[in-house]
Amino acid sequence: MIHKYRLNGYNIIMDVNSGAVHVTDDVTFDMVGDDGGVSMPDMEEQRRKYAGKYTEAQMDEAAGEIAQLVQSGALFSEDYYAGFAAKAISSPIKSMCLHIAHDCNLVCDYCFAAKGDFGHGRCLMSARIGKKAIDFLIEKSANRRNLEVDFFGGEPLMNFGVVKEIVEYARSLEKEHNKNFRFTITTNGVLLNDDIIDYINGQMSNIVLSIDGRPEINDRFRKTAGGRGSYDLIIDKYKKLVSKRVGDYYVRGTFTRENLDFSEDVLHLWSCGFDQISVEPVVTSPELDYSLREEDIPAICEEYEKLAKIIIEMKQKGERINFFHFNIDLDGGPCIIKRLKGCGCGNEYVAVTPEGDIYPCHQFVGMEEWKMGSLEDGSFDNDKKQLFAANHVLSKEKCSDCWAKFYCSGGCSANNVQYMGDIRKPHEISCALEKKRVECAVMIKAALS
Amino acid sequence: MKHIKTLNTASLKKSAEKGGCGECQASCQSACKTSCTVANQTCEK
Ligand code: SF4
Ligand code: SF4
Repeated sequence: MIHKYRLNGYNIIMDVNSGAVHVTDDVTFDMVGDDGGVSMPDMEEQRRKYAGKYTEAQMDEAAGEIAQLVQSGALFSEDYYAGFAAKAISSPIKSMCLHIAHDCNLVCDYCFAAKGDFGHGRCLMSARIGKKAIDFLIEKSANRRNLEVDFFGGEPLMNFGVVKEIVEYARSLEKEHNKNFRFTITTNGVLLNDDIIDYINGQMSNIVLSIDGRPEINDRFRKTAGGRGSYDLIIDKYKKLVSKRVGDYYVRGTFTRENLDFSEDVLHLWSCGFDQISVEPVVTSPELDYSLREEDIPAICEEYEKLAKIIIEMKQKGERINFFHFNIDLDGGPCIIKRLKGCGCGNEYVAVTPEGDIYPCHQFVGMEEWKMGSLEDGSFDNDKKQLFAANHVLSKEKCSDCWAKFYCSGGCSANNVQYMGDIRKPHEISCALEKKRVECAVMIKAALS
Repeated sequence: MKHIKTLNTASLKKSAEKGGCGECQASCQSACKTSCTVANQTCEK
């Protein structure tokens, strides 16, 4: 299958099964046939169709080059991956989200975690549960060496002593079990101080700093319990952390219906000195005023295009900026097996609550029917794990025909449940935005190549 | 080629043969977290 589109003056043809991406002139773009085509069109027919538009010589050349690419497996390449379903078996669990605090010191209106407690009351994880979680991960990870632990919340810095205890405990086991722990933390920044900054800069392989962008946009949703905006509380702390940071980080914001001009927020964050930036669509109940709706899709897509053009200009001037969603590696990206599996939720990845309950991922936390087990009683539901293992992109009807399947990998199962009631049914709006982002990302590559 | 510029090598099929080691980073796709296209991940090999 091919996907072809025009964006910012570029004609782009993506060959879905091989992963090849081509930039072409108009005659080739027309001659290659329709978007979604699965085989080379009848070239005689194409010639007749475009007879008035191009010369015979132009069409001959284009047809010849198209045929060459088909020959070399870079256009209309075969769907080679159908046999994958049989291999979609349970994998070792190697990645874990620790809900270190179901509590928060901000009350962000749009919080999917119901202001930090996931609707289940405020609660902090004990070091005892945290250590059990590490033991569980070491045991279930079998021969996987790289293990990921994400400290998440609520706000994890509200229970920072336990974060440290867990890190130290895990590090003490690395050698004996031949494991390499990679810790990450997501924070709202309120409690950051010099000691914490130094500690997490030393121990975390990635740090996610939540901030929505422009002060008024941030403060619209991200507020203290007293109703004060959080921007002034955190911005200098983030700057300090980043100035001392050697490893990965990013500042991460949320956009809602109220700031569909979110490229301004990206630029604001950049002007503050951050060059690793992610600003993402809000995940929330569709009834809320600020939720994103289908009618917002065109405006959001336009905004992505605008941002893509700005980023091209900045990069051409030699500026450093990395907008997460336009980050794509056309050559060295992950293997197809990873692309088929996607996020790994419930299979390679689980979330653990302060009470020691195990869920397929952080977004399933609180949905009782999806609970997979408990560290307290040692239970674990392998059937559920198998269900998620089999939930690869080709198992989803809508995804198997989608051109973006090997970039997107089937979207978010938790959103699929929330919006569509089924882990295999992708959520329309998310799909539209995902596809637009991939198109922009590829176009940026074309522009900078 | 005169009409077509190819940006990358068509390597997905090859990756099926040597891939699947499972050591790469988990990649939450949801907007609530790191959401990213899986394609922006790096291979550990
Ligand atoms: S979730 Fe949507 S965009 Fe992603 S592969 Fe499936 S259909 Fe395509
Ligand atoms: S199901 Fe969604 S929220 Fe959960 S890990 Fe996967 S992409 Fe992330």
